[in-house]
Amino acid sequence: MSDIKSEIKKSNFDNKYEPIIGLEIHVELKTQTGMFCQCKVNQFDAPPNTHVCPVCLGLPGSLPVPNKKAIEWAIKIGQALNCTINKHTKFDRKHYSYPDLPKGYQISQYDEPIAVKGKLSVPVLQFPNSKSQISNIQYPLTKEFRIHRVHLEEDTGKLVHKGGDTLVDFNRSGTPLVEIVTEADFRSSDDVKMFLEELHTIIRYLDVSDADMEKGTMRMEPNISVRIDDGRLKMEDRKLPNYKVEVKNINSFNFVKRAIDYEVKRHIELLEQGKTPIQETRGWDSDHSRTYSQRTKEEAHDYRYFPEPDIPPFEFTDGYIESIKKTLPELPKEKLFRFIDKSKIKPLDAFTLTRERKTADYFEEIISKFQIPNIAQSIANLIINKKISTSIPANEFVIKAEELLSPKQTDTKLLDEIAIKVIATNPKSVTDYKSGKQNAIMYLVGQVMREMKGKADANTVISKLKELLK
Amino acid sequence: MLLGKTITQLKKLIDTKKISAEEVRDYFVKRISKYNKKLNAYLTVNDKKNDKASEKLGGIPLAVKDNFCTKGLRTTASSKVLNNFVPPYESTVTDRLKKENAFVLGKTNMDAWAHGSSTETSDYGPTKNPWDITRAPGGSSGGTAVAVSTYLAPGGIGSETAGSIKQPASWTGVVGLKPTYGRVSRYGVIAMGSSLDCPGPMTLNIEDSAYLLSIIAGHDALDATSSLHPVEDYVGAMKKKKTYTIGISDDYFEGVDSDVATALEKSIDVFRKLGFTTKKVKLLSPNYAISVYTIIQRAEVSSNLARYDGIRYGNNRHAFGDEAKRRVMLGTYTLSYGYYDAYYKKAQKVRTLIIEDFKRAFKEVDFVIGTPTPITALKLGEFAKYPFFGELMDKFNEPGAMSGIPGISVPMGLDRNGLPMGMQLMGNYFREADLLCAAYQFEQETDFFGVIKKGIENYKD
Repeated sequence: MSDIKSEIKKSNFDNKYEPIIGLEIHVELKTQTGMFCQCKVNQFDAPPNTHVCPVCLGLPGSLPVPNKKAIEWAIKIGQALNCTINKHTKFDRKHYSYPDLPKGYQISQYDEPIAVKGKLSVPVLQFPNSKSQISNIQYPLTKEFRIHRVHLEEDTGKLVHKGGDTLVDFNRSGTPLVEIVTEADFRSSDDVKMFLEELHTIIRYLDVSDADMEKGTMRMEPNISVRIDDGRLKMEDRKLPNYKVEVKNINSFNFVKRAIDYEVKRHIELLEQGKTPIQETRGWDSDHSRTYSQRTKEEAHDYRYFPEPDIPPFEFTDGYIESIKKTLPELPKEKLFRFIDKSKIKPLDAFTLTRERKTADYFEEIISKFQIPNIAQSIANLIINKKISTSIPANEFVIKAEELLSPKQTDTKLLDEIAIKVIATNPKSVTDYKSGKQNAIMYLVGQVMREMKGKADANTVISKLKELLK
Repeated sequence: MLLGKTITQLKKLIDTKKISAEEVRDYFVKRISKYNKKLNAYLTVNDKKNDKASEKLGGIPLAVKDNFCTKGLRTTASSKVLNNFVPPYESTVTDRLKKENAFVLGKTNMDAWAHGSSTETSDYGPTKNPWDITRAPGGSSGGTAVAVSTYLAPGGIGSETAGSIKQPASWTGVVGLKPTYGRVSRYGVIAMGSSLDCPGPMTLNIEDSAYLLSIIAGHDALDATSSLHPVEDYVGAMKKKKTYTIGISDDYFEGVDSDVATALEKSIDVFRKLGFTTKKVKLLSPNYAISVYTIIQRAEVSSNLARYDGIRYGNNRHAFGDEAKRRVMLGTYTLSYGYYDAYYKKAQKVRTLIIEDFKRAFKEVDFVIGTPTPITALKLGEFAKYPFFGELMDKFNEPGAMSGIPGISVPMGLDRNGLPMGMQLMGNYFREADLLCAAYQFEQETDFFGVIKKGIENYKD
């Protein structure tokens, strides 16, 4: 069969079928202590069950006491995602039975989450479905996605499968966990990936979580369905499909993208056959790049939510919410636009620089030390192209940068003359140098540079002097 | 010699070195070995051999209900599910008592998981009513009530969800105090109804009740529902001669046995004689509280028992008794999708009405008088005949439980069968000091009609 034919068929698919994707993202907070107990959390290398207490083990009679810091940080995440912070909020019990859940319920939030109705606008620097970056565009576009809610809950323990046995490690039990739920606003896996990367950057900027996917402190679950849309339906008649498939706990952006692509293709194939994909929960098999069924709707849980009687509801004052808002740092997108607007950095470079708050701060510290206008792009190049290590103090970076940025044409003939003259007129430094004081040469370098009115390359001057002083 | 000495009296004897704490303790251990087989009040006795907790031996020995976690001392909540559970931590109540040098003499029998009003649902057999061992002692704190009323301990700790302190105190003839919800920490108390459970003292007189409350009351950083309301000098407050207005609500006399009703009238006269005023007050019928209480309590029970899934604690779910299974089923049902609004949510709304109702009433009166239980001790086996019988029996306790207000039960004589009857006063939130003050004056005036003394005399050394 011809490639063209399949291409046409594919493009027909694309027109007729529209992926509808929503996301659930879990982020473990890096608080000192647990969500409801005093145990140290995020102890990834600790031996199993060594950071546990009656509360996070759910022992009979133990009671949860909420962690104020965790609440504060969840509010902060909500604010960074432009949500409305609920002034009245509470915890609820979510019941299900699993060996890593010692109480038989998870303390979570049901109908009054910390934050609701937010949005995140994500800068777009890549054409979807294209490898070519918009390196030549003047200004990044943005795409906005709505946030449904942000709530706080406790993480569960962890099952460890060893040989034929399943063991439970409760070290992770009770770690504060923030769940971010988006609206089903995504129409492509590229958008999802871009959104997740931006979200990851924001969480790291807020300094509330390491959001380390390897360690599982950021976990992602896309909800996927495909809508049949031949273009003839009016906007108001476009309904969400009557099913959705959730792919659980994926720990890399690329895997999320691949899982979505796999699912969309699978759903379209089923829809083509006139079938509706079944509502179910699936897992991601990264070894084979495919999803597999875990649980169907018939087995879906009734979580029997009810308000957690052990924790009184919260009433936040405006002052409290406002005081948290004041601690929000400048967020990556705002920084990106400022770098582009004020510092005149190329969009893609500004994007790169703003991915880690540390890098952006370092960059800003360096350019603040230069009096020269329009130096920012050059510094950006040095950092991005790794010409100078960013692990050295900013002052040292500045010296190295000055040299690299103003490569001097050295008049070697003039250098010869001046070097000889400087050596002759500075006998003390010469003696010092010859007696082993290596630094003494720097004084001579300075003198030469002065005589040459700066029109010399420092390294060339040093080699010349060293040669003459041999 | 020691028989019948109150905690306060024993403490004085020990403090003045008239007797050693060890002698006191041996005395009670000896009495327990003499009578416990007959009464089944204690499940675990903390004799030296059993004392893995290596507590500081000293001070007053107390009977503690078996739903309080005691570090190193088996705690079962009278359920075989926790047959071998030895807590690695201490409940706040027992911790505070131990810090005052009290000694946990033993863990007392109760309805399994506190599910019941007779101590008959215990997986370790029922506790017997010491006034007539063919009868139930009430419950769920029946073990502590019996231990105190027969002087197998000079005092003890129980817990009340709806009547579990006051009702057995009434049926066995001792003093039972149910504090305001949040007045005493629940940390380490094996949960029954989390929004209802209140630990409280069960004692031989009002002074001991005030003394124990002053130790166990107060905010606890480990219990988010514990109150920051300041703790009072309950013993000092008790001795003030204050007069109060006592509210009388007809609904709280409905269906009350004639002997009990007569005794209540007599008690009201005692208060009048003391200079108290009485006033009729209209309250919502306690009948509303029965269904509201049942729905909320079962919902919380089904959730609180979810952790006993057979994975930990060494016993699987078959170890649950019938009553626990019934409660889990009903609670699960009312919380299920589609039923939540009709049951749980509606019940919470009525609960708010009950709270408002009491708040309104307590603007007019200081206390509402009644009895914790409309009848005196029933024969063993009666409860099992009727489902929800316990809920009906506890109807005078359920409105107070739903609202979280405090109440005290004191003996007010014996009925025609020679069984103790109890009078209860309910007060506004955090009015424990006033309740104790009123009850103390009642005690001074009547000596509880000799009931407590007689109860002990039936169980000589």
